[in-house]
Amino acid sequence: MKKKKYRPLLEFTSKGIYCRLADVYLDPWRPVKKALISHGHADHARWGHQNYITQQDNVPILKHRLGAISITGVPYGATFVINNVKFSFHPSGHVLGAAQIRVEHLGEVWVFTGDFKIKSDGITPPFEPVRCHTFITECTFGIPVFNWPNPRQVHDQINQWWATNKNQGKTSLLIGYSLGKAQRLLHYLDPNIGTIYTHNAVGKMSQVMEDKIKFPKYSILTPETTKKDLAGCLVLAPPAAAEGAWLKKLGPYSSGFASGWMLTRGARRRRAIDQSFVLSDHADWPGLLAAVEATQCQNVITTHGYTDIFAQYLREKGWNARTEKTDYEGEVLETDKETAL
Amino acid sequence: MIAFSNLIQQLDSTNKTNDKVQALCAYFQNTPHQDALWTIALLSHRRPSRPITTTLMREWAAEVAGLPLWLFEESYHIVGDLAETIALVVPESQIQHKDPPALSDIMEEIIALKGQQEATKKKYIIDQWQSLNALQRFTFNKLLTGGFRIGISQKLMTRALAQALDMEENHIAHRLMGQWTPQTTTFDQLLRNPNPEDLLSKPYPFCLAHALQEAPQKLGNTTDWIVENKWDGMRGQLIIRKNKWYCWSRGEELISDKFPEFEAFLSLPDGTVLDGEILPFKNGKIQNFALLQKRIGRKNISAKLLKDAPVIFMIYDLLEWQGTDLRGQPTRQRRELLEEMFAQYKNSALPWQLSQALPSTSWEAITVERQKATEKHSEGLMLKKASAPYGVGRKKGDWWKWKSDPLTIDAVLTYAMRGHGRRTNLYTDYTFGLWQGDVLVTFAKAYSGLTDEEFRKVDAFVKKNTQDRFGPVRQVTPQLVFEIAFEGIAPSTRHKSGVAVRFPRILRWRHDKKIEDANTVDDLKALLVP
Repeated sequence: MKKKKYRPLLEFTSKGIYCRLADVYLDPWRPVKKALISHGHADHARWGHQNYITQQDNVPILKHRLGAISITGVPYGATFVINNVKFSFHPSGHVLGAAQIRVEHLGEVWVFTGDFKIKSDGITPPFEPVRCHTFITECTFGIPVFNWPNPRQVHDQINQWWATNKNQGKTSLLIGYSLGKAQRLLHYLDPNIGTIYTHNAVGKMSQVMEDKIKFPKYSILTPETTKKDLAGCLVLAPPAAAEGAWLKKLGPYSSGFASGWMLTRGARRRRAIDQSFVLSDHADWPGLLAAVEATQCQNVITTHGYTDIFAQYLREKGWNARTEKTDYEGEVLETDKETAL
Repeated sequence: MIAFSNLIQQLDSTNKTNDKVQALCAYFQNTPHQDALWTIALLSHRRPSRPITTTLMREWAAEVAGLPLWLFEESYHIVGDLAETIALVVPESQIQHKDPPALSDIMEEIIALKGQQEATKKKYIIDQWQSLNALQRFTFNKLLTGGFRIGISQKLMTRALAQALDMEENHIAHRLMGQWTPQTTTFDQLLRNPNPEDLLSKPYPFCLAHALQEAPQKLGNTTDWIVENKWDGMRGQLIIRKNKWYCWSRGEELISDKFPEFEAFLSLPDGTVLDGEILPFKNGKIQNFALLQKRIGRKNISAKLLKDAPVIFMIYDLLEWQGTDLRGQPTRQRRELLEEMFAQYKNSALPWQLSQALPSTSWEAITVERQKATEKHSEGLMLKKASAPYGVGRKKGDWWKWKSDPLTIDAVLTYAMRGHGRRTNLYTDYTFGLWQGDVLVTFAKAYSGLTDEEFRKVDAFVKKNTQDRFGPVRQVTPQLVFEIAFEGIAPSTRHKSGVAVRFPRILRWRHDKKIEDANTVDDLKALLVP
């Protein structure tokens, strides 16, 4: 009798995370026939696949980013079957339309997180733990120094900073990623302080989400916007735009950067910014541990971030944990890595 | 403690010098004198010695945070700063001090901790960690471990103090010199009403040189400059006043007891202050710096050591003569007086020499002198503006050091470690090897010399080409070649390569070289000065 070789439900291949039974890839980094996409960030949703399947709120985001693609949207919690394998999307709380991808076959369940955060940001459906046997997780901030402050307080700090700058006649240049972070920042800005402008990339992306997220009134910067228009205002821009000739337009300004990395002095000092705000769309250390616990899984695979360290810690705590190499980046520290949108 | 922590945060969060001075000035004006005095002490490297080892601090922090020690260590290597790592992992307590103690109280407590049992120390430190907020916890840890690294030079602090007290910067700088601690003086005594007796032993602030970056021709006429050798020893200031003598290092340490032979200088008249270099000198010749290190390192200076490693004072400036402060006079005039004085006392058999003014008829002639520097056991040349007074600190334009070209060698990157401070999380601390047969033998570590962009590239290389890990150290595939520059070279039994080099740094990344093209250990040894 021929012994059948065991194939795991999901495999790590040179193109991406692969489900052989259904012949689909999860967040592949090379072009494939059929790709399930966890969320819209460039390292997870790449260009060039023949068919995209993603959570329905992510559809307009992907179309905005990738142009004319063949794409199917599925609501959270709805199961779809491909060749006897059951798939469903569940909120990951990362950014609008972001999902964990649940994969089930013959009672065996795997969950791939994409990127996630545990604490609700008030603008995306909150993270929903999904029971599984094997949990494939990011761990961008997977060392115990990362404990996020209360985001409410961070938003207050941002508004106070803006108000102070305005009193000093300065423009506030607030920097955050175009997709997700910028909308989160925008949502919580206090329009009573002054006028809000966005860099084109941020403004266009926000427009895509306008029917899902409530924003204060804002205008997109144009070549006609003058220094005088901008005095005392807040300008929301992506990291890639934080260095560039257009900054000359601003007159005296104070720059602020919102990222989880801003928790450490080294990262703060490496960027020439005036003010840092600790605000992340990824889980912090307690969040990562809570997420793993909540799945009641036995196996954990860490994909990006401090993967070795986090897996080692989980092993010591009794999980069967290992690391797989992927091309995901998580929340990146350097500006030059962000794909300009 | 609250005000001091906030000050540290303010200083840390800006790169602008004026903002820093302003923040310091406001702090000095609004802070109780005892705290201000401690702040001055801490920012001028007068931290009391550490009451506990950092190893214990790590163990206790891991314990309080409920983490395995290895995980704490990994976090530390990523964060790059021990005080900060502890501040971040120790959980915030619900029962925080309503009113954290004053900085001076904390400092007294830290000093008192020194003689205590380990258990007492542990309890005290953990109590502090749990009762302070994250920022204060970080500051407290820095008070224990030292080194704030917030870009505050002594000069900036002096400027802020001068503004706050409405006093002359030069006076402040002089009064801050010497071996005081907040326990031996008060704010008023130190700065406003110094005891004349205290001033007697105080060194003048040292004039420091900038490295010459441009072509020397840009400095103008050679006749406007006094040219000397740059001596490779230990900078010192020798004071003879009221029949007592004092020898100070540039780090403002009183080092008289390390150099008992200088007592002979008491034969110079009362009110003499000399600026110069302490040099190892044997058999009528200047020796390698390594010999001087023997003297500096020892606690007890035995008769044998005095005989084995004798020193001289190479004088090059006269700051005070017959009780008159000459610092305001032009360098040329001070030099004339210095030469006169040296001639007058030449026969008194003092352990000294005069650093000769070198011929400076043309830049070509000076360039020739620079080429001869190494054979004189000198590091290059000093160019001092003839018309300038003796400056305080590192004032640009009056004193230039024009070092000899460094020695260089091509070496292979073999190991890498994450950097600290602003290079945290990037692999920027490198170990380099040279060939010995077909093995790469470690010869130096270097941390500086690449641009941020290059560091990022090497960092990416290290992450992709790791062969093995030893704690925080990664062994990488030998593939990249760098040109390493260094100042001095001496035989060593402690180094694998058999040679110790001074101040190694990366000169450039040799993209054009393969690892087979890198130099050998024998090439390195060939550079040793006989």
